Amino acid sequence: MADQPTSMERFIQGILPENPVYRQLLGLCPTLAVTNGMKAAITMACAVGFVLLCANVMISLIRNLLKPHLRIVIFTLTIATFVTIADRFLAAYMYEMSKTLGPYIPLIIVNCIIICRCEVCASKQPVITAASDALGQSIGYGLALSSVAAVREILGTGMFFEIRVLPTAWPDWVIMVLPPGAFLTFGLLLGWVNWMTSRYAAKKQVKGSL
Amino acid sequence: MLDVLISLLPVVLMSLYVFRGYAAKQIGICLISCLAAEALFVKIRNKPMSLMDFSALVTAVILAMSLPGTAPWYVGVIASFVAIGIGKIVFGGLGMNIFNPAMVGRAFVMIAFAGTMAASGYERAGSLVDIITQATPMDAFKQSSVVASLPSLLWGLTNGSLGEVSAFSCILGGLYLCIRRTASWEIPAGVVLAVLVIGGIDNLVSPETGWTVFHHLFGGALLFGAFFIATDPVTSPVTVKGKWIFGIGVGALVMVLRLFSGYPEGLMFAVLIMNAVTPLINQRTIPVPFGGV
Repeated sequence: MADQPTSMERFIQGILPENPVYRQLLGLCPTLAVTNGMKAAITMACAVGFVLLCANVMISLIRNLLKPHLRIVIFTLTIATFVTIADRFLAAYMYEMSKTLGPYIPLIIVNCIIICRCEVCASKQPVITAASDALGQSIGYGLALSSVAAVREILGTGMFFEIRVLPTAWPDWVIMVLPPGAFLTFGLLLGWVNWMTSRYAAKKQVKGSL
Repeated sequence: MLDVLISLLPVVLMSLYVFRGYAAKQIGICLISCLAAEALFVKIRNKPMSLMDFSALVTAVILAMSLPGTAPWYVGVIASFVAIGIGKIVFGGLGMNIFNPAMVGRAFVMIAFAGTMAASGYERAGSLVDIITQATPMDAFKQSSVVASLPSLLWGLTNGSLGEVSAFSCILGGLYLCIRRTASWEIPAGVVLAVLVIGGIDNLVSPETGWTVFHHLFGGALLFGAFFIATDPVTSPVTVKGKWIFGIGVGALVMVLRLFSGYPEGLMFAVLIMNAVTPLINQRTIPVPFGGV
């Protein structure tokens, strides 16, 4: 396993170079559905982060016991356990938020980011690496969610974390809080990220040739 | 494109006559913002400057004609940037867009600023321009069953979006477009046909409303849309059969939205929906060449 990335590499990779949303295009359903406000987005990112971390550590611990043909079942069961914990925790301590997020918390079970990380990293690498990978991916996911949510909440309601940041004369772009706003915002941000990435790569190439 | 601008002239003049300063302001805002948006986005994409092909001008005029004169300035600006940016440039520029850019811009502001763009947003009590103090004929009928007189709908002495009020000027410009063959006559013919049939059935079913099939034809944005919006060559089918299907589809959807939806008028949504199925229509109506299989 000499060619596997180290834990630090895993951590860095998850944040921007292999951002789960902008670079891998995984977990788009909650990215579109819960990003009409910063609070919901951050809660969602935390829930996903918790499940991802726990699942990665657990899978990494039992990775030598996994049978190849049964591994996906084991992944799903492990993830489901932690999702249930997260779901019940939200329902108990943040009831309003649990109502707002609705079915999207239970749906973390089928969030492909988590299965992807279990498969790619946790089932092959030791606990420390798996944990830092989960942290990196969670931070990347949180960044992606909050970037979409920031644009939508500010344009749609003139507020940020429900605190007014734009003057009251600001005409609310209602469309931004509605589903079409999610698609438009995410599409434009994704295009912008790709554009920045290609420019960055081009600059690096020029520097390398000098 | 120049032909389209010429054909829009009677509509623009009529709107200036009816709405005075309101129309001038809205047209000015849309022209400046559309040209600025075109220049900006084309520069971002490093494409050759395309201001001189008049497409942005046509979009600007059609957009301005589809907005209420009373809309605040930011509505025109945002609609223009959305129309050019999201409606056209993201798809790769003129000729590549799926949806009519002007209608994309209008749909965006209509949903974003539901308050100012709803039927009540067309009215401005106490305005010096008398027409603006009244409700739009479509809304007056929808809300309180008030029927506007046919001649006022034909000549354009009612409130409404800038370009839609005068059916006569739309027909005048539209006929010029069709005679010059800039627009295909099949599309407006299909729209009118569908409206005549469905409006006629509605008239027979419930004659007591007083809103006849000619009210359906001359009222609202129907003729403006049929001649200037639906005929956009980029977003409408290329085959003759496809054009008929497209036109009839637009007309039928307009009637469905007018009769059964909460909106008094549905031309914008009808055109956008038919734009979305245009590739399908094109694919299914490829003519078989003589002797072909």
